[in-house]
Amino acid sequence: MAAGNIVQGALFTVMVVRAASLRDPGFEKALAQQIARSPRFFQSAPVVLDLRGVENLTEASDFDTVRDKLHTLTLTLVGVQNAQPAQLEAAIAAGLASFAPNSGAQARAGAAAVPPAPRTRVVGEPVRSGTQIYARGGDLVVTAPVSPGAELVADGNIHIYGALRGRALAGASGDAGARIFCTRLEAELISIAGRYLVSEQLPAGVQAAPVQVALVDDQLTITPN
Amino acid sequence: MAKVIVITSGKGGVGKTTTSAAFAAGLALRGHKTVVIDFDVGLRNLDLVMGCERRVVFDFINVINGDANLNQALIKDKRHDNLFIFPTSQTRDKNALKREGVERVMEELKQQFDYIICDSPAGIEHGAITALYFADSAVIVTNPEVSSVRDSDRIIGILASKSRRAERNEPAVDVHLLLTRYDPARVAKGEMLAVEDVKEILSIPLLGVIPESESVLRASNTGTPVVFDEESPAGRAYVDAVARFLGETREMRFVKPERRSFFRALFGKA
Repeated sequence: MAAGNIVQGALFTVMVVRAASLRDPGFEKALAQQIARSPRFFQSAPVVLDLRGVENLTEASDFDTVRDKLHTLTLTLVGVQNAQPAQLEAAIAAGLASFAPNSGAQARAGAAAVPPAPRTRVVGEPVRSGTQIYARGGDLVVTAPVSPGAELVADGNIHIYGALRGRALAGASGDAGARIFCTRLEAELISIAGRYLVSEQLPAGVQAAPVQVALVDDQLTITPN
Repeated sequence: MAKVIVITSGKGGVGKTTTSAAFAAGLALRGHKTVVIDFDVGLRNLDLVMGCERRVVFDFINVINGDANLNQALIKDKRHDNLFIFPTSQTRDKNALKREGVERVMEELKQQFDYIICDSPAGIEHGAITALYFADSAVIVTNPEVSSVRDSDRIIGILASKSRRAERNEPAVDVHLLLTRYDPARVAKGEMLAVEDVKEILSIPLLGVIPESESVLRASNTGTPVVFDEESPAGRAYVDAVARFLGETREMRFVKPERRSFFRALFGKA
């Protein structure tokens, strides 16, 4: 059997119950009335508990209580969403699934929530003198030469597949882990997280060479690639 | 379909007007009906270089403002039937170049001509932007020195962002490099940028290399486009450039230092 046949994706409609409404004394009665109107639709229907605005429910036993309560209404609690890290941990311990979005703990829980990919801006044309390109919140990739008098700015890394003859400022909003890569360094200025070197400070050995630039011990460090 | 070609550079004094005159005359010599327009309002020179300064009555600005019609302002070249000069005003400034007026004149010219050559003023202000706005093709006139190359780079960027083609998301203006005032001997000595260096920095196709030549100054001063001087290396280089623009393949001439003959060296004649 091919591996692809073991796990398959499917889409289901699932009801969401707001945990905040559980506190409402009239909640149970209102829900029971609604179920009575169309009992077949609600028979063993899966339910996700939305924890937005709820601070308690941080123990697995809390979720067991909620599960039992919903069970008396013929509903089956299958998971949580909008959970704080502690709530998510408790919910998973109680055998519930994590439905996106949940804050923070996706990696720890190994669950389905995926962080939004940082945006990368790709430029395929030569960057001409007088042009400024800013990749806000992500990386900047240029697959053409960058002319003297042009300026590249990125909150993340800057990659240039070509000659860098203008300025390149990576980690513009303070990310000291950002780097600059280029296949030919002839820059007027390079900067990472505010630390900079101008052209005449660049070591002779790296001129016109393929390099990467990183911040090491708060010093701009240029390494030939 | 008429084609609008802007001759531009960003930097002044690199040979835009010389090139406009030579290119327009070159296209006319190849049988295309061509008009060359002076966009350098207030610093009118094209009429001098074309040798028609004593025949200017109405100008580009008069036509833009509706004070004269096109045929009153167009000056027919005395050397070639296909060649027309559209002079500008010396008394006005660039603000007289109103975009709607220019557009109307361009549309009218397109009905009559195969090629419309726009001689741009220097700079990146209103005059230069208006000259390049309607362009289908651009000839970037560049001298082999760093400041000219940088200004050319800037103007190429402006063509890609501020031309009408860019604004309308149409196919980009097709851009050609013309290297002027090139002196292979000085390149060999490292005093001038080599063709390859300029090509690499600007990364656009090379239309031609015009050698530094005394015939250019003589042509300007006598009001004769240099392509009419068949003896001149610069004239021949312009003829080649026009041929390449029209799609022909021609070998690049005048890019290697000339070997001075024994007798020339002996008698010191350059």
